[in-house]
Amino acid sequence: MTFSLRFRAAVVSIALFAAFLGIWHLATRSTGTAANMSPEYARLMGLTATQGKSAMPGPLDVGAKLWEHLKRPFYDNGPNDKGLGIQLGYSIARVGLGYFLAVIVAIPLGFLIGMSPLINKALDPFIQVLKPISPLAWMPLALYTIKDSSISAIFVIFICSVWPMLLNTAFGVAAVRKEWINVARTLEVGTVRRAFTVILPAAAPTILTGMRISIGIAWLVIVAAEMLVGGTGIGYFVWNEWNNLSITNVIIAILLIGIVGMLLDQVLARFTRMVTFPE
Amino acid sequence: MTDKFISIEGIARRYPGADSGTTTVFENLWLSMSRGEFGCVIGHSGCGKTTVLNILAGLDQPSEGAVIVDGQAIEGTSLDRAVIFQSHALLPWRTVLGNVAYAVTSKWRDWDRARVKAHAQTFIDLVGLTGSEHKRPSELSGGMKQRVGIARALSITPKIMLMDEPFSALDALTRGTLQDEVRRICLETGQTAFMITHDVDEAIYLADKIFLMTNGPGAVLAEIVENPLPKDRGRIELHRHPYYYALRNHIVDFLVSRSKTFAATVTDHDPRNVPTVRPGLSEPIIVSPPRAVEINPPQTIAR
Repeated sequence: MTFSLRFRAAVVSIALFAAFLGIWHLATRSTGTAANMSPEYARLMGLTATQGKSAMPGPLDVGAKLWEHLKRPFYDNGPNDKGLGIQLGYSIARVGLGYFLAVIVAIPLGFLIGMSPLINKALDPFIQVLKPISPLAWMPLALYTIKDSSISAIFVIFICSVWPMLLNTAFGVAAVRKEWINVARTLEVGTVRRAFTVILPAAAPTILTGMRISIGIAWLVIVAAEMLVGGTGIGYFVWNEWNNLSITNVIIAILLIGIVGMLLDQVLARFTRMVTFPE
Repeated sequence: MTDKFISIEGIARRYPGADSGTTTVFENLWLSMSRGEFGCVIGHSGCGKTTVLNILAGLDQPSEGAVIVDGQAIEGTSLDRAVIFQSHALLPWRTVLGNVAYAVTSKWRDWDRARVKAHAQTFIDLVGLTGSEHKRPSELSGGMKQRVGIARALSITPKIMLMDEPFSALDALTRGTLQDEVRRICLETGQTAFMITHDVDEAIYLADKIFLMTNGPGAVLAEIVENPLPKDRGRIELHRHPYYYALRNHIVDFLVSRSKTFAATVTDHDPRNVPTVRPGLSEPIIVSPPRAVEINPPQTIAR
């Protein structure tokens, strides 16, 4: 009896995950009494000293804590103690806003660059210099000029997501097949209508690919940006929990960052599939 | 003088070449066609025949000279001149109906949806694609794609249909069927058509006039061959016609040898008065010999 490839892959995935959890559990479990000490002193020292338990939390600790978080994702006990849902919400909102601004700027500008060889050549040196700058390097400048840490974080997201979209849009627009343009030309289609009925659909898959790269980068950068600006967001949460020495929470945050990043990517992947046309 | 529906008047195309010189693909090219005629240009690759077609379409500009269609010098592309592209050039994100409707809405911008659809449907039916309206180009065979290209070109009811080797990418059977369709449609509608081809038999079957071009660079229109076969010729009995082989041999001879040696052997070639020949039973007879230049001096050839 043969199972589908999908099923077999799922079995292997689950087995690998189980093995990972098993090794993790064994590596972090208690090893019995490590040192003799008075009970009072032992209570003070905690399990790490008394039973040789690793400072690294085990999968069960993480699981229990995660369950706790999932039960109450939106509690708010003041600036340093908010639910994970709230923290993630802040991060997603920042990414969404910065990314949206980047879309508004990058796609029209990319169209212009793609359609005009002059603009392309004129802007190329600027793009080449600005593109490799780490988005976080803009942070001090943003803080100084904007004077608001939250908007600065949005600006950093904007600046990091703008490049892949800009370059992909320009490339997609410039690479539209000549024959499609010629079809529009022989039908006396005006520039604006041509841009919307021929160039946009033809370049859409490339543009969407750029947008998908951008959302990935934006989500990478938001964690670092929030560690710097502080206050709210999943990046701040990670750093705050590190200061609290709560490795459990740090691990949970890492897991959630991964899941949210995957979901964002999947959404864009779906959009890309919607505009892709078979030839 | 015959009615000149299309008149190509002394056009040239030059490209900047190596060593700051220019490469002349062709120059001083004169060619005319009457309304309802089917013209084919035959020549080897690189003789600039696609450029001639692109200039006629308005997709390319001549370096010199002008093209006059229906009494007006052409300027850029026009909905009066439809192009059937070699690579069909369908928009892959649109359906068959969408591709034809795109052309229809481009010509009649104020038509409502139903009218556009009905008009597009007429031409989809005409090319025999009824039932495939909602398929995308990727779901069609090469022949069907080119049928959509033909429907799209016809749907804007152009004055001229321009075809750049429209069937060269198709297999022989499909090519034959589509040639039949094009011939039927052109005869029914009295469409003026200008086609570029490599295929001698295609030209013999479809064309009223066959324009022979010599090899480029520096290509010239060497000869206009009038098709002596009857207008109601059919594909099947085409090769049984007594004039068929004379016509075919004449064209093949030209392509094989004379297209290469023409420039060297014919010294008194006058591009404004290209000889018209009509191959018959024996040797081709010249029906309009090159005349001495009457009123206008020949175009000065720019260096």
